[in-house]
Amino acid sequence: MQNVNAINIGEIKEEPKVNYLTNGFTLKSWLLTKDHKRIAILYLITVSAFFALGGIYASLIRLELLTPASDLLQSATYNRTFTQHGIIMVFFFLIPSIPAILGNFLIPIMIGAKDLAFPRINLLSWYFYMAGGGLTLYALLQGGVDTGWTFYTPYSTTFSNSYVMAVGLGIFINGFSSILTGLNFIVTIHTMRAPGMTWFRMPLFVWAHYATSLVMILGTPVIAITILLLALERIAKVGIFDPAIGGDPILFQHLFWFYSHPAVYIMILPGMGVISELISNFSRKKIFGYEFIAFSSIAIAVFGFLVWGHHMFVSGQSVYAGLVFSFLTMVVSVPSAIKVFNWSATLYKGQISYDTPMLYALFFIGLFLIGGLTGLFLGSIGLTVHLTDTYFIVAHFHYVMVGGQVLAYLGGLHYWWSKITGKMYSEFWSKIAAIIIFVGFNLTFFPQFILGYMGMPRRYASYPAEFQVLNIFSTAGASILAIGLIIPLIYLTYSIFFGAKAPANPWVLPGLEWRTSSPPPTENFEETPIVTWEAYEFGEESGLDLEDARSKYKVTV
Amino acid sequence: MQQNSWVPIFPEQASTFAWEVDMLYFYLLLISAFFIVGIVAAILFFFVKYREKEKFATGEEIHGSIALETVWSIIPFIISMTIFLGGAIIYFNQYRPPADTMDIYVVGKQWMWKLQHETGQREINELHVPVGRNVKLTMTTEDVLHDFYIPAFRTKADVIPGRYTTLWFNATKPGKYHLYCAEYCGLNHSGMGGWIYVMEQRDFDNWLSGNVSGQTPVQAGQDLFQNKLGCASCHQGGANQRGAKIEGIYNTDIKLTTGQTVKADDEYIRNSILNPASQIVEGYQPIMPTYKGQVTEEQLVSLVAYIKSLSGGANKTNAGGSTPTAPTGGSSTTNNANTTGMIPPRADRGDSTSPGSNPNAPPSRSEPTNQQNK
Repeated sequence: MQNVNAINIGEIKEEPKVNYLTNGFTLKSWLLTKDHKRIAILYLITVSAFFALGGIYASLIRLELLTPASDLLQSATYNRTFTQHGIIMVFFFLIPSIPAILGNFLIPIMIGAKDLAFPRINLLSWYFYMAGGGLTLYALLQGGVDTGWTFYTPYSTTFSNSYVMAVGLGIFINGFSSILTGLNFIVTIHTMRAPGMTWFRMPLFVWAHYATSLVMILGTPVIAITILLLALERIAKVGIFDPAIGGDPILFQHLFWFYSHPAVYIMILPGMGVISELISNFSRKKIFGYEFIAFSSIAIAVFGFLVWGHHMFVSGQSVYAGLVFSFLTMVVSVPSAIKVFNWSATLYKGQISYDTPMLYALFFIGLFLIGGLTGLFLGSIGLTVHLTDTYFIVAHFHYVMVGGQVLAYLGGLHYWWSKITGKMYSEFWSKIAAIIIFVGFNLTFFPQFILGYMGMPRRYASYPAEFQVLNIFSTAGASILAIGLIIPLIYLTYSIFFGAKAPANPWVLPGLEWRTSSPPPTENFEETPIVTWEAYEFGEESGLDLEDARSKYKVTV
Repeated sequence: MQQNSWVPIFPEQASTFAWEVDMLYFYLLLISAFFIVGIVAAILFFFVKYREKEKFATGEEIHGSIALETVWSIIPFIISMTIFLGGAIIYFNQYRPPADTMDIYVVGKQWMWKLQHETGQREINELHVPVGRNVKLTMTTEDVLHDFYIPAFRTKADVIPGRYTTLWFNATKPGKYHLYCAEYCGLNHSGMGGWIYVMEQRDFDNWLSGNVSGQTPVQAGQDLFQNKLGCASCHQGGANQRGAKIEGIYNTDIKLTTGQTVKADDEYIRNSILNPASQIVEGYQPIMPTYKGQVTEEQLVSLVAYIKSLSGGANKTNAGGSTPTAPTGGSSTTNNANTTGMIPPRADRGDSTSPGSNPNAPPSRSEPTNQQNK
């Protein structure tokens, strides 16, 4: 314990000669690495590339919708564009983003382990991701898919002439990446916690990932099965979904949403985990209601499996099924509300600093509030009959996915950037970018709520002229958002080469990840830490030497 | 209305559902505003008030509060239940059509809507309905999923291949309203739409009588039943007929050879024509061949309508007193081609601002027929 505390402030006393980044420079040392931190870097690079590609598709969509007529993109191209935007963003960006990058990097460090439980499987899951992504990219280059990311039958099985099977196979393979990552996290959290790291001393980031992993393991096989059935019908003409050959198209929707609704929680739970970290650490006090936040993650994961039917309120399921799903959807809103209240209460009597990650956390709460509350509109079955399949839905899930998950991801990336790269980013530019993103995001998606209530259907290449003004706002917002997202790419990349060297613990925080050097050595800690403090412990018990930190603060920053 | 404001932010209310849905919407907006303003104000207040006094100072140690957790779990739960109940009541109304309805049959196909009135008039991508009447749509599709969506009525329903779904509404205000396909259906999805014309009853009667109808669905069904498909050879003939009785069965309980009892609704009749072996009526042999591939969706609709008519009660809309039959004279033959449904689907609705976009203007399309009456 003593030696752990000894290295917690500012510059570590003895910088390790080799850290995980300098431990091997060959391509092989990266591509065959078993180090969870290096695998996280591999994910960071590839996931960012997919994010950029998905973003290009998004820009094309917004440009097309600048005018009512389908002029920039013809319908055929537009349909492929929004489909590919959805597929890439959901399967190759949102789902892996926080778990596979930040989770991979931080979970072992946060619980005081040397690596994940199965390092080789961890590497394998990245290769599954690459194989699935590669196949999908191949299909996109060949001409892409036009079914919507939801692959609704019988359009996807019988009518579409696009590359449904190639993309389906890509998603199928990519699913194994999710399953293996989830498995790895669960086993690691169960078996590899450092001495003294009890379940209720774990950072909430780890709890959130535990809940996420449960969903990954239990949900992903269902989408795999669904894709297999889809292939069976498309290739072998076995009647499963197409009524013309004896199938039932609604069955597909049940199977698809049985996975894809929980998948929404795969996308948002890790983000909630990041926000818990940011709020608590930048208020420099214990998080309010630790157990409630931890268990609300588990509750969300469990209830998340029971609400898939709310995607099908108008698709001909029985009235009573609709009512039950609406009821359960209302119930699942409660644990999310609990989190928001606890985060807000954490700020009370804190010592709040306005660093960039905290700015993202603040924006997250605001946007997640709107995203969550509009979820109530859509869960209310009588209202959603009007709202579903309109831009209201589009706005709602972008508020949760982009306003929620992407901002949490960016906040987390900034927060742990110094730990991952060993370099400091520009505080000035990062603040500017965060504000631009916030403004651009709202301008893009808020008008879409209004468009949705007005009745503009989603997935329309052309639309009636009365909707144009709001669409122009939205497109203008999207350009601002794009600029906001390009700026971090520049200053973060710049920081890798020219940034100031980061101290081990730039914000003087108590988490285990701040008690090793930046970047950490390959084995994470020189010696296995012994944990004697609670999560987010800023008092005496934490062993933080604040006087020492203050004296060094002026020097290092 | 919306044309007066620079940016339209609210859709028209033109059905009995509209104000109910809007009330719920405003209730939710109010709740959302309350929570957003409350929470954001609290956060901003804390942000300013508790900004760090000194670098790396430690915040006050507060672990949590069971009382607070209970309060902020129960209050959102109660509020969410009020939202659930509000939505449930509206939904219950929306998906349970009342008994006395004017029936319209809808068949969707990539990328057009084909509609037929009980009185035989066919329309494509347009639907004329009278104000203040309960209108029920029985819908299916020839190919992929579609969704019949009328924002001004605040209602929609998916249209699903291989089964019937229904949608009903009661329009409250004459005018011209958007009809959209809201379920993605492929290439020209955004072109699959049209207009709903809500007319005063008198105008509607004029419109109906100005449209030369072909056969009514019941007549077409009868023709198919008696002649074209030859159903009558087994299903008509009294006590010794080989096929199950069809008179008077609609909406009654049918006993199957399996011992199950099923309700003879539209879906059942449709299925019995396409998959006769799947549900055999007690006392009969599974000898009927399938008619899959031999009847179109529109013909099926007619057959169902005919079989319904054999059970009485199906003529309920005649009670409305205003169901005109096809005009006896040949006065509107010139409009025949135009009104029996061969209007090409609209290619692009981008131009819809022009003449007809004022919903208060009298419906202008398909109007020529009116002038020729009487």
